[in-house]
Amino acid sequence: QVEQVKLLDRFSTSNKSLTGTLYLTATHLLFIDSSQRETWILHHHIAAVEKLPLTTSGCPLVIQCKNFRIVHFVVPRERDCHDIYNSLLQLSRTAKYEELYAFSYNPKQNESEQVKGWQLIDLAEEYKRMGVPNDYWQLSDANRDYKICETYPRELYVPRTASKPIIVGSSKFRSKGRFPVLSYYHKNKEAAICRCSQPLSGFSARCLEDEHMLQAISKANPSNRYMYVMDTRPKLNAMANRAAGKGYENEDNYSNIRFQFVGIENIHVMRSSLQKLLEVSGTRGLSVNDFLSGLENSGWLRHIKAVLDAAVFLAKAIAVESASVLVHCSDGWDRTSQVCSLGALLLDSYYRTIKGFMVLIEKDWISFGHKFSDRCCQLDGDPKEISPVFTQFLESVWNLTEQFPQAFEYNEAFLLQIHEHVHSCQFGNFLGNCQKEREELKLKEKTYSLWPFLLAEQKKYQNPLYNPDFSPELTLLEPNTVSFNFKFWRNMYHQFDRSMHPRQSMFNLIMNTSEQNKQLEEDIKELEAKIKQLNGQSDVILVKEQEQPAHPVPVALKSPACFQKEQPPMPVNDAVRTIEGSNTADNRYSELVSEFSKAEPAVVSLEYGVARMTC
Amino acid sequence: MEFAELIKTPRADKAVLHRPFHLAVEGTLCLTGHHLIFSSRQRDNAEELWLLHSNIDSIEKRFVGSLGTIVIKCKDLRIIQLDIPGMEECLNIASSIEALSTLDSVTLMYPFFYRPMFEVLEDGWSSFLLEQEFELLSSVSDEWRLSCVNKEFSVCPSSPPVVIVPKSVDDDALRKVALFRHGGRFPVLSYYHKKNGMAMLRSSQPLTGTNGRRCKEDEKLINATLRSGRRGFVIDTRPLSVAQQARARGGGFEQEVHYPQWRRIHKYIERFHILQESFIKLVEACNDQSHNMDRWLSKLEASNWLTHVKELLTAACLAAQCIDREGASVLVHGGEGTDSTLQVTSLAQIILDPRCRTIRGFEALVVREWLQAGHPFQQRCAQSAYSNSKQKWESPVFLLFLECVWQIHRQFPCSFEFSEQFLILLFEHAYASQFGTFLGNNENERAKLKLPQKTMSLWSWVNRPEELGRFENPLYEANSLVIWPSVAPQSLQLWEGVFLRWNRPSKFLEEAEAERINIIRYNKELQAKVSVLRRELAEMEAEQEVQE
Repeated sequence: QVEQVKLLDRFSTSNKSLTGTLYLTATHLLFIDSSQRETWILHHHIAAVEKLPLTTSGCPLVIQCKNFRIVHFVVPRERDCHDIYNSLLQLSRTAKYEELYAFSYNPKQNESEQVKGWQLIDLAEEYKRMGVPNDYWQLSDANRDYKICETYPRELYVPRTASKPIIVGSSKFRSKGRFPVLSYYHKNKEAAICRCSQPLSGFSARCLEDEHMLQAISKANPSNRYMYVMDTRPKLNAMANRAAGKGYENEDNYSNIRFQFVGIENIHVMRSSLQKLLEVSGTRGLSVNDFLSGLENSGWLRHIKAVLDAAVFLAKAIAVESASVLVHCSDGWDRTSQVCSLGALLLDSYYRTIKGFMVLIEKDWISFGHKFSDRCCQLDGDPKEISPVFTQFLESVWNLTEQFPQAFEYNEAFLLQIHEHVHSCQFGNFLGNCQKEREELKLKEKTYSLWPFLLAEQKKYQNPLYNPDFSPELTLLEPNTVSFNFKFWRNMYHQFDRSMHPRQSMFNLIMNTSEQNKQLEEDIKELEAKIKQLNGQSDVILVKEQEQPAHPVPVALKSPACFQKEQPPMPVNDAVRTIEGSNTADNRYSELVSEFSKAEPAVVSLEYGVARMTC
Repeated sequence: MEFAELIKTPRADKAVLHRPFHLAVEGTLCLTGHHLIFSSRQRDNAEELWLLHSNIDSIEKRFVGSLGTIVIKCKDLRIIQLDIPGMEECLNIASSIEALSTLDSVTLMYPFFYRPMFEVLEDGWSSFLLEQEFELLSSVSDEWRLSCVNKEFSVCPSSPPVVIVPKSVDDDALRKVALFRHGGRFPVLSYYHKKNGMAMLRSSQPLTGTNGRRCKEDEKLINATLRSGRRGFVIDTRPLSVAQQARARGGGFEQEVHYPQWRRIHKYIERFHILQESFIKLVEACNDQSHNMDRWLSKLEASNWLTHVKELLTAACLAAQCIDREGASVLVHGGEGTDSTLQVTSLAQIILDPRCRTIRGFEALVVREWLQAGHPFQQRCAQSAYSNSKQKWESPVFLLFLECVWQIHRQFPCSFEFSEQFLILLFEHAYASQFGTFLGNNENERAKLKLPQKTMSLWSWVNRPEELGRFENPLYEANSLVIWPSVAPQSLQLWEGVFLRWNRPSKFLEEAEAERINIIRYNKELQAKVSVLRRELAEMEAEQEVQE
């Protein structure tokens, strides 16, 4: 606990600050300012802590978080600052999974709730929903004991014609043993999205089993003879891989394939791209042109567009040509996950529902072994393994929600919350790198699943504009991927910099109004029931009297009484309104007020003759 | 002149109309004196396109065999393409359009021929008189008076005949001040901040020249707006160097020696051809769908448009801040005081004055701060982003103002009574209209053209209840606070409603907007129903009690 700590506004030029007390708990860093407002920062969210040179007011400490929050404290005494710095360094770097928050987090659920929570998302059920197993696809037990591929799930769907020797042979010819398996089946087109890793082809190697495997996938689609093989890497990268004995499919060796590069950059490019983006967006007093050129130089939006373009290509191949598509990158757990999941999202409206989106993440990201632990740096590890691949996926989805405001059941807050928890290590879902590792950690017994918690508060994540009939089942969502459609995601990268956001949120207003509408509908039902009840209770005379107001004369006669009696309901009405009103106030006016106090332009400084705007 | 002389081929059959995101339509093309009309009678979806010739910014023609193609680029930034069979027909039509869209006489413009098909409830020409404004003002302050010194436009040709000035300054003094200010634009009241009695004045630059001329009356006039012992701020919309250069040409700025109570701030706002070029570049960038991400971003950057938006917003915030936070009076001017000056004073009012965020209040603001204040609409809005004419007085000054209003609107979506559509409407009508409102360069010209007698006002049309509904913001809740927008680049956005309007499919966005309106409307219905039911229930209960 350190007192008299100042919290600076990141973008303010006026050195305005909040003074308060900093507490360090086992799991969180807590700052309480003089007006008792609390800022909680989870240790796992801390990406970097930096001590800046001592200033007259104290020792500045800058904390960067994985959810893009940046806090700037000034600690009066250097020793305290040093202590906090060291503690945070230790606390934010965890060496063992068992020390992560998820293992100590206790949401007061009993055991059966915990088990039920983990059963909420059932992938076997999901494959059934897609229509597999069927005449062409079956469940394979080849990987039941993770013998063929450690990073794949136990249950895998493959073409019926792919026998075990073919699977084994193919897996030996694929990087990390990740042989082609089913990711999504489009039952109307009978076409499939399959995923795998790169072939170990080098310059000339070939593998008959692998060729058979692809043929089996191709044949499992009765409506189209050829299939696409999408290598999501830039061609140059794929060619360079050949020197290391890896590479890409040679069209001559595989019958009826159409091979396609789509040029999504690797995890290292993405990491440094995000780094550049954050550097630009974090600059104080940024000019428009510096922002735009910084955005351009970071390449971030270019990468997002590349990912979405690839997904559109994939979805069109299936929806328009009824062709099956095999997607891979190098290891098949980063770009492949992005493209497969986004492709499925474009094809199948189920994934645009709250539950469906959870299933999609569970299937294409968690079960197929996207290395969440490494990519999000859950444990203190190799910084070169960190990469915002999943963030890009969420951003691509956000771009789609912007273009199709009525197509998604969930809203931006849902995406942001998932992003928050991918890094929070508070729930077991995203811990570890693959299913095998998760089983070894006994996550289902020792930790809780995120999804039931999100479902329980799903009101917050519902899109009030959602129209379930927006697109019929299994019709393609066709986004426009012209460059100007891609925007900087302010609510992600400046989520905590509130002075940047609109002071009144149209979204919140619509959310609340829509919520209020439901409440009002209930009220009306209730009132109507009561009136009916009263009508029923009362005898004929009363009913007649009830009708009286319809006649002008009785109304006039009774009007003084009416007036008096009208009084009591009015306050009730008002009370209801103020409750609802205060609800909107929570989301708008209080925000507005606090914004005003924060975002007041700095005083015109007479000495320099320039007025600086802080907002 | 007869328009018929210009129309050699009044009609072409089997023409094909191409628009982005629409299927091509075959139909008949007709030319009239003021319109290009395309009508198709394809089975059930007969549609007609009426395009004002004055809305056409540029026209290109090309031929493939005997099939001619005309590409028409409009001032509202739309681009359409017409295929016309027959080389001669096509040439005739193209040259007619060219001639009709570039008529040089104002009195030949459509507003002089337009006869309204609606009943005029209120004459827009007299909806917003400065006298009404003054009446409101005099209820809160007696320090001001109406002056008719410019009745014959003899003191200042670009100012309105009636202006509000400090009470303590008489007309003779005003005449002297007018001689000291560029174009005779002596300081007049632009806005009075009721909350603290501070005033915002606008004028043109003082004619100090190189020898530092002074004018006691000018000093007295602006000092009259100061409280004793308080300072005021002069916001000069030119950089210091430009203001200094202006001295050599007889212009200049207020010097500290003669205006000791005033602090001068130079806040540069880009103007004229630089703004026009910026506009042209931005539209070019938005119209090219083939740009990859890097190219798009660098084009957007190179256009500098958003930089201008940010600068203007910052200057307006500064003016508003001086008045509201510093409790100081402000004088705003640039060179001539008819462009950037008006941008700043009108935007500052949007920030400060809740009344300007209502529909009528905004109309009044446009009339007061733009039309009456003498923004030369006819010169500035003669051409839009596609024209090759490159006249140096063409400049999207008013559009930039509208865009800044839109940016504030985005950040305070519940504080404006009007919707984005209303801003787009004003943009369209400033460039091409059937109404006379935006014709002429100032009140003087409008009076000479007898516009109020000979043409219909935009306000007469738009303020009718059946039209007004289309421009209302369903989210509006009166907000009496000062609204400070964020000017961080991350908070500014491209105005898609104008610049990408014709370049992307908007069906889904429109449907979503309709759904938003539905939710709000439904909420109002439900609330009304609940209160009716509550009352009914209470009545019944009360009656029951009486019975018991």
